[in-house]
Amino acid sequence: MSIGSVPLRYRISVDRDQCMLCERCIDSCPYGVFRKEGEQIHVNSRVCVACHRCISMCPRDAISLVERPVDYRSHPIWTPQVREAIYNQARTGKIILSGMGNAQDYPVIFDRLLLDACQVTNPSIDPLREPMELRTYLGKKPSHLDFKTVDGDTVLQTILSPNLMLETPIMIGHMSYGAISLNAQQSLARAVKECGTFMGTGEGGLHGSLYPFQDHMIVQVASGRFGVDINYLERGAAIEIKIGQGAKPGIGGHLPGEKVCADVSCTRMIPEGSDAISPAPHHDIYSIEDLKQLVRSLKEATEWKKPVFVKIAAVHNSAAIAAGIARSSADAVVIDGFRGGTGAAPRVFRDHVGIPIEAAVASVDAKLRSQGIRNEVSIIASGGIRESADVAKVIALGADAVYIGTAALVAMGCRVCGTCYKGLCPWGIATQRPDLFARLDPDYASVNVANLIHAWTLELSELMGAAGINSIESLRGNRDRLRGYLLDENIMKVLDIKTVGA
Amino acid sequence: MCGIIGVIDRSRQRMDGTGIRSALSRMDERGSGEGAGYAAYGAFPDYKEYYALHVFFDNPHETKPLVEDELSKWGTVEHQEAVPTFEQANIRKLHIPWRFFFKPEIQLMPRSITPADDIVTHLVMKINSSIPGALVYSSGKDLAVFKASGWPEEVADFYRIQDYKGYLWLGHNRYPTNTPGWWGGAHPFNLLHWSVVHNGEITSYGTNRRYIESYGYRCSMFTDTEVVAYLFDLLIRRHGLSIETAVKALAPPFWDEIDRMPGREREIMRAIRLTYGPALMNGPFAIVVANHDSMVGFTDRIKLRPLVSGESGTRLYISSEEAAIRTMDPGVGDITMPRAGEPIIGRAQ
Repeated sequence: MSIGSVPLRYRISVDRDQCMLCERCIDSCPYGVFRKEGEQIHVNSRVCVACHRCISMCPRDAISLVERPVDYRSHPIWTPQVREAIYNQARTGKIILSGMGNAQDYPVIFDRLLLDACQVTNPSIDPLREPMELRTYLGKKPSHLDFKTVDGDTVLQTILSPNLMLETPIMIGHMSYGAISLNAQQSLARAVKECGTFMGTGEGGLHGSLYPFQDHMIVQVASGRFGVDINYLERGAAIEIKIGQGAKPGIGGHLPGEKVCADVSCTRMIPEGSDAISPAPHHDIYSIEDLKQLVRSLKEATEWKKPVFVKIAAVHNSAAIAAGIARSSADAVVIDGFRGGTGAAPRVFRDHVGIPIEAAVASVDAKLRSQGIRNEVSIIASGGIRESADVAKVIALGADAVYIGTAALVAMGCRVCGTCYKGLCPWGIATQRPDLFARLDPDYASVNVANLIHAWTLELSELMGAAGINSIESLRGNRDRLRGYLLDENIMKVLDIKTVGA
Repeated sequence: MCGIIGVIDRSRQRMDGTGIRSALSRMDERGSGEGAGYAAYGAFPDYKEYYALHVFFDNPHETKPLVEDELSKWGTVEHQEAVPTFEQANIRKLHIPWRFFFKPEIQLMPRSITPADDIVTHLVMKINSSIPGALVYSSGKDLAVFKASGWPEEVADFYRIQDYKGYLWLGHNRYPTNTPGWWGGAHPFNLLHWSVVHNGEITSYGTNRRYIESYGYRCSMFTDTEVVAYLFDLLIRRHGLSIETAVKALAPPFWDEIDRMPGREREIMRAIRLTYGPALMNGPFAIVVANHDSMVGFTDRIKLRPLVSGESGTRLYISSEEAAIRTMDPGVGDITMPRAGEPIIGRAQ
């Protein structure tokens, strides 16, 4: 017996008085919501994903969208989402796929943290009138410096490891060509170059058209090794080994074959149309010493000229894992919190595995300090950074810099519909369909992304100035400038912060 | 706010505490009568070779045996005495100041290049963090810190600092915001050979404290000034940096300026900033730091607190106020105001 269909997720309606039958909605929607019959636009709301492309294209504001127009009988445990997941799995017997980041209603620690500002006893610093330094170096730092005096001149004896220099502690995380379109990658690349920062290639190789931006690209080596050859490694400003991802800790990547067009296939070095499935572990890393070998192999291959980062998902034991990574010759550890986005992840992982970035960064920073090896690695925080205040807070908790992902996509138009895995992104971002990615013009999108980074950088400067700090290194790990607002005592202990009023 | 002053006689001619008392009192406008203090280098010529550990005891009967027990684990006490004090109308004697002249047994700290210093540092950290009611507030050789709650002249008279002589003196007139009334919160702060007087608030304290604690220091004074003493100890004694380099690490030039420096200087400055980023002190401050051979004054990177210096014969003065220097030495000349982050250094011969 059929279990029947589930109620509509969204209802689209068209105001017939307003509609002028321009059919832009029909052109806009790759999911096929709209069709014209006679002198009317008809809709099939069932296929709508709430991407808002039609709404943003309608010249008359004639389209409206309602979420969950049909109520279920309310129940605090058996929510509509839970019920629908069961119907879905009862029908298919499969793992449910999802996109974007964690969609469960967990408390957001960032929203329970408050920043400090100066009053009277110390003056705030006005970034419009005084210098404000956000320049950040990522990579290994020596624990101390040795000098020698030669003929009265001071000569530095210590040789510094290569570091990446960022003009702002905001980078764009790894979103591969394949997961997102080439136009999207080009937009991001232009923006990071403009802003003096970096972006990740993701595990998708480096397309030839991005070579002009290679000095701002961090090339990724993940478990599938897609797109990796010596040319790729040498072009990157830094190399990142991806062990795990916040949206799906413990499992590999999955790029559906529909997204593997000819160009993606060439860049990834895989057959056209084939699913690109990265294994859960790296098949040459079964322990920390294996990671060390890979780190050193990559350094050896690139003549020790490039920093090597290691990215892990924020999990319960992140602190100890990061301490191991710090000893592996790696130059930075990237921690991806459980709110990190993704093109495609099993829903059960996206929503239930991992820990928040705030707690992970705090514990990693504390662990590295307690072992006296904080200088050995930089900490890059990612996964759920939504605004400049989050950047300030996570740096105060101990991060050197952040990766943003979803926020950069939103700056290019993404409406967080969470349907990236279908490859039909109407905004031209998470798609390889030529007519769709043509909608994203890098001339404009790159400006939007650069604007976002610039705006956050300005806000960060203002927040620092208000706190009487004129250099980002004095914010880093400065947890005294944070207070917890209605956070429980255990979390505050992990974050090593006091409560408001204390 | 706070008023600070330091004087060094480069030929190590000792002066008694009368001059610095009147200089510090001249800056009462900068204080609130809730804390003042002095440090004198060269105070104990008879016990020069011993670490002069000064301890505030809340109740000596209760805690002195515990402190003696700790000390006996690491060396021997040559002599001990209550620090002489003289009742003042406005000073409530909350603590009993005591001094031990201590000699560490250096073979107990193998594999250290400065075993005696390391033992004393360990003892200071241990006592201050684990024996409530005992606070080591001065631990260097041949030097003494005198501090309490009160106006500078009262504190000076309480200890009769005119009875002590030193070739280097520091003074601090406090306007407390952090720990009013607590003697431990008054300046100077001292660790081993380092003493610090500080006017300001270090906005990077949280970063600096966590950095310094990862090297085994433990901040126990609930105030930002003590990290300055520890940072100097770490950078200069343990890392072997020069005073100039250490000041460059704590109050470095801006990147804009570094980018314009000539090649080698730029590389050195870049290395300093990368390596010692967590040691960078932010926020408004003017600081005078001293050890046995030198005194250095510097301000924050944008000079949000005042600092002036003056010269008179073999003496160098550094203070918040020119008036204070002139009170102490009317014949002073060469009054200068250092640029932000530029150190003024006086070295004793």
